[in-house]
Amino acid sequence: MSTAVDTSHELTRPPANTSGWLARINVGKLLAHFALLALVVLWTFPTAGLMISSLRDKDQLAISGWWTALTTSNAQGVVRIGKADVQIEENGNFIIRGNIFGTDTNKELESFGLTNKELAAAVAGQSLPMKVGGEITVQDNGAFEWVSNTKFTHTRGPRIFYKATIAPRFTIDNYIEVLSANGVGRSFINSFTVTIPATIIPILMAAFAAYALAWMQFPFRGFIVALVVGLLVVPLQMSLIPLLSLYNKLAGAFGAEDGKTYLGIWMAHTAFGLPLAIYLLRNYMVGLPKEIMESARIDGASHFKIFTGMVLPLSFPALASFSIFQFLWVWNDLLVAMVFLGAQEGKLVLTGKLVSLLGSRGNNWEILTAGAFITIVVPLIVFLSLQRYFVRGLLAGSVKGG
Amino acid sequence: MSEILQQVFGALFAIVIALGGCVAYFWGTNWLLDKTLAEDPRLTGRQSSDRDSLRSLIRPWLFMFPALLFLTVYLVYPVIETLRLSFLDNSSTNFVGFYNYIWAFGDGNFRQAIFNNVVWLIVVPSFATAFGLVIAVLADRLWWGNIAKSLVFMPMAISFVGASVIWKFVYDYRAEGSEQIGILNAIVTGFGLPPQAWITIPFWNSILLMVILIWIQTGFAMVILSAALRGIPEETLEAARIDGANDFRIFFDIMIPQIWGTIVVVWTTITIVVLKVFDIIFAMTNGQWDTEVLANLMFKWMFVNFDYGRGSAIAVILMLAVLPIMVWNIRRSNAEEGTR
Repeated sequence: MSTAVDTSHELTRPPANTSGWLARINVGKLLAHFALLALVVLWTFPTAGLMISSLRDKDQLAISGWWTALTTSNAQGVVRIGKADVQIEENGNFIIRGNIFGTDTNKELESFGLTNKELAAAVAGQSLPMKVGGEITVQDNGAFEWVSNTKFTHTRGPRIFYKATIAPRFTIDNYIEVLSANGVGRSFINSFTVTIPATIIPILMAAFAAYALAWMQFPFRGFIVALVVGLLVVPLQMSLIPLLSLYNKLAGAFGAEDGKTYLGIWMAHTAFGLPLAIYLLRNYMVGLPKEIMESARIDGASHFKIFTGMVLPLSFPALASFSIFQFLWVWNDLLVAMVFLGAQEGKLVLTGKLVSLLGSRGNNWEILTAGAFITIVVPLIVFLSLQRYFVRGLLAGSVKGG
Repeated sequence: MSEILQQVFGALFAIVIALGGCVAYFWGTNWLLDKTLAEDPRLTGRQSSDRDSLRSLIRPWLFMFPALLFLTVYLVYPVIETLRLSFLDNSSTNFVGFYNYIWAFGDGNFRQAIFNNVVWLIVVPSFATAFGLVIAVLADRLWWGNIAKSLVFMPMAISFVGASVIWKFVYDYRAEGSEQIGILNAIVTGFGLPPQAWITIPFWNSILLMVILIWIQTGFAMVILSAALRGIPEETLEAARIDGANDFRIFFDIMIPQIWGTIVVVWTTITIVVLKVFDIIFAMTNGQWDTEVLANLMFKWMFVNFDYGRGSAIAVILMLAVLPIMVWNIRRSNAEEGTR
């Protein structure tokens, strides 16, 4: 008999006094997973609902929730079929043909009848006798054939009541309609026209000012820094009326009819974005290593050379952060666009267009969902691809450690 | 079509002119400064250093001039001017003293707006910060945390108007008996209760509008708080765990006090956003059914009724509400400067 200790057996068994502890850890982690999952679902379902809805068939959208979008739904309907003048003669019989579903291809017939109390009078492929003569047969796909051996003389097409299952139909029709017929395409271009210059123009101005406030010595520097920090929170509403009056006066001086121009809104957005730009850039430049600049100063370089040669290239991450912020802010803005560009057709940006659609087509969810999605698709792409810089910008100056 | 092309070319042209102008200004003025106050070996030491000082005195102002010009014209001057307009009448011709302000506090709509703003200020920052904190803590411990954070953060990229459409869809109402297409009513009818036209119910509709802003701002809170949490020294947390503290104790007694400064910053930043919120109310209800807020009321008086006196007064009141936070921010920034 072996006296060797069977250590392998002991090693595979977990220590007895910690097994309860291990089980508890797993439950805690599991709860954490579930809690986070619940929160994430809560945060994403509204946007998901919008996206799925925008791809749905217009009629389905109006009658059923988007969460049923992946299953077939049932519906009842009634349609009036052809009058006597559409009959054709074939082999001695008089025939009227057509499709009770019109051009819809995703419906499948369950049953049909001649009055709405007898919806289940016949199923697909069967025939029913018609009051004005002949028999009607309806197929699965809605195609019907009404045959009679006497000529049809009715003046009003009889009605067919039916029950059908509707398979989910996804389509980009809503997008096509919104872009072409509702002016959203134009607003899309307008938004770009407003946003891109407003993002690019402030950059150099802010960068130079930020460098001066970060690394140059001069009186009132502290005051100007405090001014920039204060201006960060000034509500835009304080600036609107005086600026609009100013623009109108200037426009009058130049003979134009009103002060609502693209130039005006570019300058306004540039100015409104400057406090944030200077703040972000200055925070970043202040964090650059002092030694590089000092050694350059000792070598006789002027501030101008140091800035354009070293600091500006090094500040690229902060410049990127600000650009993303400014792009998103200007693209998503409603108030400044409405005040400085106006609300006439042809000058609306996407946000203004969406508001006008909410008012005029408030019940056409197929237009609203597709329109809203077009509004958000560009910022989403910008955000998702450049998230890192966006987050970095947010963190600048906001984090307070222990 | 040609109008669109004109527009696009106009934009490109503007970019080129602006960038070119900036470059010309900055490089030009600096070159000019260096030329006119050039270093001259013929000068005495004293004169030379005087000249250097003069150059370094002028140069910062050259750097800052364009930005300062824009800031003054577009932000500083309008603030003062709006303050002045608030003391004039609706056509800005006669001085009426504090009349506009007295009118405001007597006006029913204004009082409703103030009440709503106060509720917004209490509810939105607290919930957004709380949710942001909880999600940050959970996401930092789990392997799929980064994906979760991106998804929660995503609403920040969406415009307020887009978010309003999204949530209007959620709150949609169909008459009793028809199938509901809005999720909220679908859940409510699923429990057997009658569907409601949510955005028309006073007070609860405001809460539902606040949900939209909470939905957007939680991502912001989460990102900032997540970074702050990562700044907590690992040793502190380890020591607490060894001492036997469970997760809740660690959360409330250690984590929160350590990042308290950041929590306050997040809270105040969201508060500013809440005070200025205009798009959501404008798009969803335009202030009807008791949802009015100051920013929307101001817009109506300024751009629908064209009463610049009253509109300006409301803007000034909005500014006063923001003032404490502004002062606090400036003080904090100065304190940081001092340690630099």
